[in-house]
Amino acid sequence: MAQLHFTAWLRDQVPNQPLRADGTTVGDALAAAFTQMPHVRGYVLDDQGRLRKHVCIFADGRRLRRDVALTQRIGPDSKLYVMQALSGG
Amino acid sequence: MNERMLVATRKGLFTLTRNNSAWTIASTAFLGSPVSNVLHDARDGAIYAALNLGHFGAKLHRSDDGGKNWRELSAPAFPPGTAGEPSVQLYWTLVAGAPSQAGRLWIGAIPAGLFRSDDRGESWQLVDTLWNVPEREKWFGGGYDDAGIHTVSPDPRDPDRAFIAISCGGVWETRDGAKSWKLHGKGMVATYLPPDQAGALESQDPHRVARCAAAPDTMWMQHHCGIFRSSDAGATWTQLKPPGDDFGFAVAAHPKDGATAWFVPAVKDEFRYPRDGAMSVTRTRDGGKSWETFRDGLPQRDAYDLIYRHGLDVDETGTRLAMGSTTGALWVSDDAGERWQLVNAHLPPIYAVHFH
Repeated sequence: MAQLHFTAWLRDQVPNQPLRADGTTVGDALAAAFTQMPHVRGYVLDDQGRLRKHVCIFADGRRLRRDVALTQRIGPDSKLYVMQALSGG
Repeated sequence: MNERMLVATRKGLFTLTRNNSAWTIASTAFLGSPVSNVLHDARDGAIYAALNLGHFGAKLHRSDDGGKNWRELSAPAFPPGTAGEPSVQLYWTLVAGAPSQAGRLWIGAIPAGLFRSDDRGESWQLVDTLWNVPEREKWFGGGYDDAGIHTVSPDPRDPDRAFIAISCGGVWETRDGAKSWKLHGKGMVATYLPPDQAGALESQDPHRVARCAAAPDTMWMQHHCGIFRSSDAGATWTQLKPPGDDFGFAVAAHPKDGATAWFVPAVKDEFRYPRDGAMSVTRTRDGGKSWETFRDGLPQRDAYDLIYRHGLDVDETGTRLAMGSTTGALWVSDDAGERWQLVNAHLPPIYAVHFH
């Protein structure tokens, strides 16, 4: 199971500890996490299910391009970080 | 007169109350977060706050105890597959429905989606009859990437009637409970368009429209290209000619007197600050035939304050006004705009001021 870390900016929405989630892609792992925390989905994805413009995801030490982030393949030991992109202010 | 006001700012929501003739900050909420607008629903006392979290999207919260505690509500969203694949960037205006429509709320958003709730904001539906009008293809953003709805005005006489205004997409009315919409606005002029298209209804930029509560056919508009008045609930408009600048964003309509309205002028669109750095408020009391300009209590030098669309309000008596600026100054008038008192010069940039 991949390990998901969320930015401290979302501390009111997400517990202050990494989550474990199944999935072979970043999008799948996030979807699994959102089944546990449905209210967080709208903070990370936009109305159409795209990664929000000013949210960025790092997978195993690499920042993912926004347009391909959700389809990025991950392994069972992957570490994902969901962060605020500083482009958003 | 109203003794309480809500001020939505770039850095949170401020509630001010009046005690011993002085306005002070009674409470704050969402400090650090942009609050794009706020609504006090007089029908049940609930307060709704729209947040614009730059990274994490637009959110909606409700307080049922006067602002002490808040609960996040379902955020109105464009359903997956909506034409154009839009996503909400901003909740621009929050409006209560008619007194007979318990729980009915409206939200106007950027992009220009109109959302409706019938359960006090617990769930929301996109009004797709408006989103799907063919003229939407000709709408465009005014100061934002996309067009947006900043004015929603239910007709107090008929719950099936509502008027909306879009920057930049003209003014629209429904008379059948939002099943269909009619594009109005004859008489408006857009000088930012080629001359032969200046009257195109679907490309007008009404910055803000205010309706007289007691005379609902009377509406006042601060348009990108001037000031207009309608006496037929927004179907047709007549341009008015105040002395000096007729550019600005805000307008307030007297709640009882259909001949009285207030505006806050700025140098036109390539500048957008008070002429010569001197703030003023203009008022007409005869339907726009004549105008008065008031400066008492307002800064008359080095002032670059702009009053945004929702930054000017008049209370239920028509005597007390408040306005908040882009540079965080808040003023109140207790004599219908003739003299002003500075309440606070150091608030965050102010998006909206509402008495209640």
